[in-house]
Amino acid sequence: MTAVTLTERSPGRRGDAFLSVQDLHVSFRTEDGVVKAVNGLSFEVERGTTLGIVGQSGSGKSVTNLAILGLHSKEHTEITGEIWYGDTELIGPGGRTMERLRGNRIAMIFQDPLTSLSPYHTIGRQISEVYRKHKGASKAEGRDRAIEMLQRVGIPNAKIRVDDYPHHFSGGMRQRAMIAMALVCDPDLLIADEPTTALDVTVQAQILDLLRNLQQDFGTSIILITHDLGVVAHTADNVMVMYAGRAAERGTAAEVLGAPRHPYTWGLLSSIPRLSSSVDVPLKPVRGTPPSLLNPPSGCPFHPRCDYPQLAGPELCFTERPELSPETGHADACYLTLKQKQETFAKIKETL
Amino acid sequence: MSLLELDGLTKYFPVMGGFILKKQVGDVHAVDGVDLTVGTGETVGLVGESGCGKSTLGRLAARLYEPTSGKVIYEGRDISHLSRRELAPIRSEIQMIFQDPYSSLNPRQTVGTIIGGPMEINDIKPEGGVEHRVRELLEIVGLNPEHYNRFPHEFSGGQRQRIGVARALALNPKLIIADEPVSALDVSIQAQVVNLLQQLQRDLGIAFLFIAHDLAVVRHFSQRVAVMYLGKIVEIGERTDIYERPRHPYTHALLSAVPEATIDVEQRERIRLAGDVPSPIDPPSGCRFRTRCWKAQDKCAEEIPPLVQITGNGEGHLTACHFPEDPTTRGEDVVLDPALA
Repeated sequence: MTAVTLTERSPGRRGDAFLSVQDLHVSFRTEDGVVKAVNGLSFEVERGTTLGIVGQSGSGKSVTNLAILGLHSKEHTEITGEIWYGDTELIGPGGRTMERLRGNRIAMIFQDPLTSLSPYHTIGRQISEVYRKHKGASKAEGRDRAIEMLQRVGIPNAKIRVDDYPHHFSGGMRQRAMIAMALVCDPDLLIADEPTTALDVTVQAQILDLLRNLQQDFGTSIILITHDLGVVAHTADNVMVMYAGRAAERGTAAEVLGAPRHPYTWGLLSSIPRLSSSVDVPLKPVRGTPPSLLNPPSGCPFHPRCDYPQLAGPELCFTERPELSPETGHADACYLTLKQKQETFAKIKETL
Repeated sequence: MSLLELDGLTKYFPVMGGFILKKQVGDVHAVDGVDLTVGTGETVGLVGESGCGKSTLGRLAARLYEPTSGKVIYEGRDISHLSRRELAPIRSEIQMIFQDPYSSLNPRQTVGTIIGGPMEINDIKPEGGVEHRVRELLEIVGLNPEHYNRFPHEFSGGQRQRIGVARALALNPKLIIADEPVSALDVSIQAQVVNLLQQLQRDLGIAFLFIAHDLAVVRHFSQRVAVMYLGKIVEIGERTDIYERPRHPYTHALLSAVPEATIDVEQRERIRLAGDVPSPIDPPSGCRFRTRCWKAQDKCAEEIPPLVQITGNGEGHLTACHFPEDPTTRGEDVVLDPALA
């Protein structure tokens, strides 16, 4: 990186955040028009913490993280904004820089562990390949490292299983192997895209606990993408709720899940049945369907599904998109006043 | 008399091996001796991890599969081995809703054809014509009747699932087997569909066999709940029995593994099983859960625990375990996974 780009660093960037995304826009050109999948998103991840990103499918969660990894196809995607990883800007350079970082400093775990492992190569080879490429290790060193990592993630008989192919592994073991592969170079940042969605609850609990233990040992920061608020409550330090390509609410897990301020977050929380909730009352879903990103609604993208636009003064909600405020701490993008939000939430809290 | 009765129901799928001459080398014990009843207008939930045989059981109950042994009794009549022709009149009374709203609708047919098709096949002529009835059904499931001529790709996942529900309702069934009807949907849409099913259940008095892996959804929807593990029911009972007084260690482990979306509740006990469900081709002897159970002793390997009302259980609460959990006290944390210990 040149000194010039370093001095251009965005003023909003906080000192302790080592990943900082500023005003990110990602749009895809399709036959039907331009899909604005991410539309002005800013967030930060602090060292050693977990950021949970929640939202419905199509809210831009995965697109954001593929942008961090530089995995979008250049021909069909337009990306603007800034992504700072330490002192490196990730959108500009592409190519070589990303290749050095990807798998080494920044790693990813995908949702489906079967399709993201190569069926033609042994588990051990797939894990050691990453290590050898980035650390220049020999074949034997790579193999030892693969065995060590498999042991760390709790694969029994790692010395033997290292020569197995992915189809020899069960779903939970494959996801463990993926985690071993992601952590083999001891990355600073791990992006986990729905890591437990394809797994059963008992295995999900194992994997989430494992991620948390490994985070404590390695000091890795994690971005955990999920649609399951339970998973977030269980694992994340900070939470960002996304809607239509933007952050609707952001804060610590206790703030967002304990005292949520955005009507969409209320809707998400009231939609899910819980083991302790009353079974005699119907669930309270968010009405309507998520907006089309080809032709998003004017104003606040949530207004067609929101129950409270009257409270905020409807013109504003219908015409102008609310910004996420305040800049730091617990923030939300909604025109309701803080008092209105607190009062409304207090009213509906009992029914959640 | 119960509407549907499953009696010792078993389904084995043959496993073929060999290079040129294929021969049977084993069986997948998908469902192994299941007894279950569904009363008229009742909702029975079926939970378990993937591969435990819950979908196979659903398909057996709908007689989409023929059982290897055991009986499927519908309204007092044994339908386990009826031919296609003999089954035809019963088919209209037992309907299914499938998990994947994308692959369960024919992309080349309009919504009108998809929902109206079953009526034509069964030669049902509703008052006012098929089209009128289809529009009515669309309205019942919360879709716009104007969408009669649209194709499935024009709808979102939640709307497609509603089409699937309308199709199941088209023949006025008495029993609907819903196989993971909401697990492919986003939470807010999932809640809409659960509410819809619940409302239909109340308004039309349809009995449901509700298959799902999400314990909270099942709790919300079902009056009775059966927990399956490797082809067998390990515990069954009223909703409150299963969720508040689980006796089987597996039920207990399942419940403790559900992540709850609350931060400030008192810490639940933490049970972390090791590994995954064993292969149903060669299931463990005795109690099938013993390989992952923290209470397992020699007896568990030798004797299959019967599904009975053990001491301390309420009426109709059956548990298959030699060493059941104490229903009253909060247990210790159990962590079996070596990577977490």
